[in-house]
Amino acid sequence: MATLALNEKPKRSAFDARTLLRLGVTYIALAILDAMALFLVYAFASDGVWELAITVGVITLIVNVINLRGDLYPLRWISPALALMGLMVVFPIIYTVYVSLTNYGDGNLLTKQQVINRLAQEIYLPEGGKVYLWSLYQEGEGNFALWLTDENDGDNYYFATLGNFEAVDSIDPGADLPEVYQGYRQLSRGEALRASGEAQALVFGAAEAPIGIASRKQAGEFAQRYVFQPENDAVFDHELQSLFHANYETGQFENDEGNTLLTGFISGIGLENYIRFINSPALSGPLVRIFAWTIGFSLASVASTFCVGLLFALLLQNKRIPYRKAFRTLLIVPYAIPGLISVAIWKGMLNPNLGIIPNAFVSLGLEPPPFFIDPGWAKFGILMINLWLGYPYFMLVCSGALASIPSDMYEAAEVDGANWWDKFRSLTLPMLLVAVGPLLIASFTYNFNNFVLIETYDEGGPPMADAGVVPAGHTDILISFAFRLAFGGGRGADFGLASAITIIIFALVAGVTLLQFRVTKGWEETSENV
Amino acid sequence: MYSQGKSKRDSRSNSIDLVLIIQILILLVAVVFALFPVVWIMSAALNPSQSMSSQSVIPPLPETRTVTADGAGTLLNIASPDGTRVERSAGMILLVEIDGEEKELRAPKNGYVQNIRINVGETFAEGDALYDIGSSYLINFDTLFNTERKPFVRWLVNSFVIASITSVLTVMITALSAYSFSRFRFAGRRSLMVFILLVQVFPNLLAMVAIFLMLQQIGLHLPFFGLNTSGGLILVYVGGAMGINIWLMKGFFDSVPRDIDESALVDGCGHWQTYWRLIFPLVRPVLVVVGILSFVGTFNEFVLARVLLRDKDSWTLMVGLWGYISDNFARDWGIFAAGAIIGALPTLVIYLALQDQIVGGLTQGSVKG
Repeated sequence: MATLALNEKPKRSAFDARTLLRLGVTYIALAILDAMALFLVYAFASDGVWELAITVGVITLIVNVINLRGDLYPLRWISPALALMGLMVVFPIIYTVYVSLTNYGDGNLLTKQQVINRLAQEIYLPEGGKVYLWSLYQEGEGNFALWLTDENDGDNYYFATLGNFEAVDSIDPGADLPEVYQGYRQLSRGEALRASGEAQALVFGAAEAPIGIASRKQAGEFAQRYVFQPENDAVFDHELQSLFHANYETGQFENDEGNTLLTGFISGIGLENYIRFINSPALSGPLVRIFAWTIGFSLASVASTFCVGLLFALLLQNKRIPYRKAFRTLLIVPYAIPGLISVAIWKGMLNPNLGIIPNAFVSLGLEPPPFFIDPGWAKFGILMINLWLGYPYFMLVCSGALASIPSDMYEAAEVDGANWWDKFRSLTLPMLLVAVGPLLIASFTYNFNNFVLIETYDEGGPPMADAGVVPAGHTDILISFAFRLAFGGGRGADFGLASAITIIIFALVAGVTLLQFRVTKGWEETSENV
Repeated sequence: MYSQGKSKRDSRSNSIDLVLIIQILILLVAVVFALFPVVWIMSAALNPSQSMSSQSVIPPLPETRTVTADGAGTLLNIASPDGTRVERSAGMILLVEIDGEEKELRAPKNGYVQNIRINVGETFAEGDALYDIGSSYLINFDTLFNTERKPFVRWLVNSFVIASITSVLTVMITALSAYSFSRFRFAGRRSLMVFILLVQVFPNLLAMVAIFLMLQQIGLHLPFFGLNTSGGLILVYVGGAMGINIWLMKGFFDSVPRDIDESALVDGCGHWQTYWRLIFPLVRPVLVVVGILSFVGTFNEFVLARVLLRDKDSWTLMVGLWGYISDNFARDWGIFAAGAIIGALPTLVIYLALQDQIVGGLTQGSVKG
């Protein structure tokens, strides 16, 4: 490829209107981007989400440098792509590694700073604080308000709505309570009793001195319950009068008696997830089987789709077959249907009681195969569906590759007296594999992560009976297993462990891909094309 | 099996004819295997009884059933007048009084209320025909589009919006990068290209946990790009598809002769003008194809959409269809089938129309996502 040295800055033309306009647009766009980024960096930093704050900051900085320096002009064109890839591809990879080294999951969903911020909003009614007698008022069927009597201070009256607190001057201390005050109606004893549950959860009065119902008679002024003490790295609970130290191994605030606060925080736990993954018998038992099935499934899928695809491609090569174009079009229809829909159609056709395939077995007087109960049949069903989904791809690819094999080679072989099998084995197949080989490996890695098929077929089911609390199924592949650990079912999310498995999958996929590059000399090709 | 030499073909014509017949038979069986599920889902979509149990390849005729009174009484109110679509045992059709007690009459099967034979206030005897319940071939589509708790139209709109914006942004941004990689020579160019390709080895499907957590954090501050938003999902899609597409497009830009832009540059055009006025129009047909394929890929994407869109109103069509599958599949089979046909239509049309371009793209190594 001819390489022309176009190593240049744009020509500095005179500052005409168009240049000014372009510069203006660039700077305005940059300024908007910077403002948004600055806001995000600040917001993330105050949440203690440092990894995102730094990522957004660095990406924005790079985009700015590229766009402001003249000698980086070619990169300017690439900067939108780089920024998006940085945020949506590169960062998630790094973040996955980071999460895999933490206890991120249900119970530990927030950063330590976010937990502290949230705890700071918790309030309680301190003993010995200001206390009133209360009476409940309501505005129509809507907001509640409290009529407060200060017994200790000459029965002065106060009125606290949601958000406001005021002394009542119009009514003398000790006088009867008004039936209606400021549009609020006094509730009868029975009404108040019924509404008390709802009212107890409310915070009345002004924000700086919140008031709540403490008991059947008394209301009181709230105080902040938890105060973070940076010097001790601990949270002081004023209600229990107890100090909770941050424990980084468990990601909990813990006091000396070993009690913990309700919300834990995200904390680095080193290689704990990986060790748990490898050691725990409940995990590693299913895991070995899941791994074996992942490999087996991928290999069987590639082999079956390739063989059937190749067979159809060879048949369609025969020019004497009528309507070849029509056959080809009809045969690629499965490929042109979204994967999710295809699998769901098959799932419906295999439905144990009502599906057409079990019904066909029944009407032939046979016992229908248990496609969703027996692990073996479930795997067979999945492979059959994947054959349907996948053969058109190899049919198309092989058709292209077969067409490019020069016909004079066949003629030469025929002169040598070769039969069709000889020609296929020593001519067609080797030539074909050169072209299709890399695609076979790509198809392997694709199926390795064929989440849609597994998830739609039966969400990994049937479940493994001996897996215990781990949500593993007989047809689960690694990626669907990781998904179930992260987002699955009632067991709660374990993002840390799921990320660790993801990293392991990535290592496997990267290994296979590297092998592919090695095998196909992909690197040389790459460098030639550049 | 492959093209035979001409001379041989004539000399062995008898045996070859047998082979040919077998070959055609194999292909016919293959076509049946390929098309049966498609035919089956179409018949399910047109099945007037909606459920899986009563399905056959040719949809049965819509049945009309006459509902009779199981006791003498008075009609108090008509809750569902003629023509209303009702679901089995869900919607109230008539409010009647039988033996002094109010009683709601509910639909015995899915269908449309027809021919209510009595008026409010009139009495009826036991065994009197009250009304008919009929159905139609299109009832599945009617149900699909008009079920409030499953807002299919909204999902369809979401899918189209997300896929359109994603494909346009993808093409625009990747074309810019590809132009630069194709036309400029700068330090670190080759390593940058290899880096872009390598990063793509990590499919963003694998990073779904990280992406989920990241969008959760972003959503706290920029609600428009958080979980449950089209904005967030679009960013994930556009960012995730960048690498492969840049490589693909660089190839297209490389095929445009450099003489064109060089002469333009000599004439005093800037790079931007050259790109926008000259090169872009030349590669536009290819960009359209890439954009359409990106549209289809996004339209069909399901995993990330399901992870990131938790709220029913924000779902895409594929997530919505998955909801039908995981809910009560056998009962809603007909409705799912109607949705599946609508969901598959854009892809089917585009793939069959662009067969040849896709074959070209396939051999360059891109795998259907």
